[in-house]
Amino acid sequence: MLETLTDKLGGVFRGLAGRGRISEENVREAMREVRTALLEADVNFKVVREFTDAVVEKAIGEHVIQSLKPGEVMIKIVYDELVKLMGPVDTRIYFVTPGPTVIMMAGLQGSGKTTTCGKLAKLLVSKGHHPLLAAADLQRPAAVEQLKTIGEQVGVPVYTDPSKVAPHGQVQKGAAVAVCRAAIAEAKKTGRDVVILDTAGRLHIDDALMGELKEVNAQLKPHQVFLVLDAMSGQDAVNSAKAFNEQLELDGLILTKFDSDTRGGALLSAKMITGKPVKFLGVGEKLDALEEFRPEGMAQRILGMGDIVGLVQSAMENFDQEETAKLQAKMEKGTFTLEDFMAQMAQVKKMGPMGKVMGMIPGMGDMMKQVNMKEGDIEKSLKRMQAMYQSMTVAERKKPDLIEHGRRRRIARGAGVEGGEVSKFIKDFEQSRDMMRAVGSMGVMGKFKMMRALAKGDLAGLGMPGGPMLKTKKSGYMEKKDRNKKKRR
Amino acid sequence: MAFLSKAYDKLKSALKKTAQVLNTDVRTLFVPGRQINEEFLGEVEERLLAADVGVANSERIVSTMRDRWRLGKIKNRDQCQEIIREEMLAGWAGTSRELTFAASGPTVILVAGVNGAGKTTSIAKLAWYFKNELKKKVMVAAGDTFRAGAVHQLTIWAERLGVDIVKHKQNADAAAVAYDACEAAKTRGVDVLIVDTAGRLPTQEHLIRELVKIRDVVAKRIEGAPHEALLVLDATTGQNAVNQAKVFGQAINVTGIILAKLDGTAKGGVIMSIRDQLNIPVKFIGLGETPEDIAKFDPAEYVMALLGEKGE
Repeated sequence: MLETLTDKLGGVFRGLAGRGRISEENVREAMREVRTALLEADVNFKVVREFTDAVVEKAIGEHVIQSLKPGEVMIKIVYDELVKLMGPVDTRIYFVTPGPTVIMMAGLQGSGKTTTCGKLAKLLVSKGHHPLLAAADLQRPAAVEQLKTIGEQVGVPVYTDPSKVAPHGQVQKGAAVAVCRAAIAEAKKTGRDVVILDTAGRLHIDDALMGELKEVNAQLKPHQVFLVLDAMSGQDAVNSAKAFNEQLELDGLILTKFDSDTRGGALLSAKMITGKPVKFLGVGEKLDALEEFRPEGMAQRILGMGDIVGLVQSAMENFDQEETAKLQAKMEKGTFTLEDFMAQMAQVKKMGPMGKVMGMIPGMGDMMKQVNMKEGDIEKSLKRMQAMYQSMTVAERKKPDLIEHGRRRRIARGAGVEGGEVSKFIKDFEQSRDMMRAVGSMGVMGKFKMMRALAKGDLAGLGMPGGPMLKTKKSGYMEKKDRNKKKRR
Repeated sequence: MAFLSKAYDKLKSALKKTAQVLNTDVRTLFVPGRQINEEFLGEVEERLLAADVGVANSERIVSTMRDRWRLGKIKNRDQCQEIIREEMLAGWAGTSRELTFAASGPTVILVAGVNGAGKTTSIAKLAWYFKNELKKKVMVAAGDTFRAGAVHQLTIWAERLGVDIVKHKQNADAAAVAYDACEAAKTRGVDVLIVDTAGRLPTQEHLIRELVKIRDVVAKRIEGAPHEALLVLDATTGQNAVNQAKVFGQAINVTGIILAKLDGTAKGGVIMSIRDQLNIPVKFIGLGETPEDIAKFDPAEYVMALLGEKGE
C-alpha cells in the first residue's frame, strides 16, 4: 500500500536519528525529503506545502533540538501532523427512521463506483441491514448488467429499469431521477431499509452529467452522498473532489484500489480539500474487500512504523483473546514452547493472508522485500512447519532438545522433508523464542529499533542472541558474504 | 491531416474547458516582458507538479531556467516557456509512435491496463479508428471475462460500430477467448484483431501471469502477434502510472500507451516520467466518451495544448 513512501521517510529519519542532536538545518533538510516523498506519493502540492510548513514550525521548537533522540521526536511530530490531516475519523453511516436511508455514490469514470456499491451492500448485509441497489448509471454500456451481476453475487436485490437506459451518447433528462425515485418506492414496498444509488461516472467538468447528478441530489435528497475516488489518482484528485463537493455536499469519501502499490497521496489531498471524512478503503477485487478507514494506521504506514493499529484490530477480530494473553505472558517469561509457537502461527494465520499481515508489522515490509519473499512463500513454509510439528511426539514438542539424530530422521520422514529442514525449524523456533523474550522486556521505541535492525538484517548489532536470521528464498541461511554485503549497504 | 487538426481542435477545446475550471493556466504565467524572479520560478515548479509531471522532471526544468537566468541568458518570463517546450519535446525524439502492422494476415493488438483505466472504451475508439479512418476490417475479442458486464459492454460497442466480436461467457478462460479470436480472425480474413483484457493491478501477480499467458497464446496462433501491446493509462493517475508501465511492460512488452480521459482537468504529465524511465511512447490519446474521441498522440500538440500557443 503505502510501502514506498514508508521506505522514503524511513531513509530520511534513519539519517536523522544517527546524528544525535539535530539543528534547524537538519529539520529543513529532512522536510525537503518529506516534501519530495509526499509529492512522489501524489499528495497535492498545496497540501504538501501546508504540511511541511506546519511540521517545520513545530520541529524547530526547542524540544527537538534539545532532545536526545531527534529522530524519534521528528517521527512523532510528522506522525501527529499526518494523523491530524487525515482525521477526524467518522466511518459511520447514518441511518434514518423511518427508512429507507438513501446513499448516493458519485465519482469519475472508472473510479470503481459499481464495485464499491456491491461491497457496501455486502458490508451492510453483514451488519444486519437489508439494502437495495439502484442501477442509475444509464450512460455506460452494460453498467446495469454489471450491477445486476454484482447484486446476485452479494445476495442483494437490484432495481433496474432498462427502458431508461440512455441512447448512445445522450443524457436523457430526468431518467436518472426517475430510476432513483422508483427504486426508493420499491424499497419502501419491499421493506428494504437502505437504498444505494449507483450513478454514472462523470467528469466534474461535464455540465450535462453534473447537472443530472445535482438533479438527483436536489429532488431525492439522499441522506448520505459518498465520493468514490481512485487511490492511484494524481494531483488532479483535488480538482474533482472539490467540484463534486461543491455540487453535491459530500458526506464522505471512499478510496478504491488501495490494494495497488500506489502510495495513496490522493487520500490526503481529497480529505484536505473537501474536509469530509474518509469512510472506507477498497482493498481488493473480492466483494468483501472494503475496510473502515483509520488515519493512525495510514500515518504509521507512511512513517515506516507499520500498521500497528490495523494489526491490533485485525487481531482482535480473529484472535482468541484468552489464548493471546496466555501467549503474551509466556513470551515475556520466556517459557515459550514449540507448542505455543505453533499455536501462535495458527493465530496469525487466521488474521489473513500472511503477506498482508507481515506488511502491517513495522519493518517487515522492508524485510520481505530484501529477502525476496512472496506472500505464497510464507504460507508454503507455514505448511511445512505444520507437517514437521505434527510428526513430533508430545514430549518432543514440549522439549525440542530431545530431538537427536534418530528422532530428527523420523520427523523428517513423517513430514516428507529433509533432515536439515527439521533442524532449521527448531533453530528458527529457538531464535524467535529468544527474540520474544527480548522484545517482551523492551519499551515501544526499543521494539521499533529492533524492527529497524531486523529490517536491515542486523540482529547481532543489537546484541541479540541468535544473530542474523535472514533467509533467502531457496538456499536456507544466507551465505556469510551476502550477509556482510547487506550490512555494508 | 484533416484528422489531426480536428484532433488538435478537440484537444484544445478540452483543455480550454480545463482552463475554465482551473481558472488559471500555464500561459497566464508567462507574461511577456515580465522579469523572472525566484517567486516566479517557484510558481512554475508548482504548475508543473500540478500537471503530474513529477518532482524530478519539474525540478530539472526549473533548474535549467534558473541556471540560464543567473547566467544572464534569459530575462523575461516568456523565455521560460520556450525552455519548457524544449525540455518536453527533447525526450520524445527517437521514439516511433507508428503502429506496427502484420505483413500479411491479421494484425493483433493486445490492450491491457489497471481496473477502470478505460480499456473497453479505448478499444471501441481503436475499432472506430481502424474501421473508419484506415478502412480496415476489424474484430474485437471480449477477453475481460472477469468484470461483471464487461463482455456485454464490448458487445454493445461492437454492434454500434459494426465490427465482429468473439466472446465467451463471463468467467471463461480469457486465453481461450484469445485463442478462438485468433482462429476466427484468420478464417474470416480480418485485418485488425483487438483483444480486450480484464483490468488488473500491478500487485496482482497471478493476474499479471494470466496476461502473459494470453500474450503467449496469441503469439502461438498468429506469427508476430501481438503486433502491438497497448497499455491504457488513465490521465488522472499520478506517479503510480510509472509502476504500471513498468510491470505491464515487463509482462507483455508494452509497445505503446493510450492516454485516456484527457478531456478532464488532468494533464497526464506522468507520461514524461514514463518516457524518461522506460522509453515507452504514447500512441493515442482519449478525449471523451464517444468512439471518435481518439487522436494520435503528437508531443508538439500535447505541449502546445498544455502550455497554450503564443499570443493566444
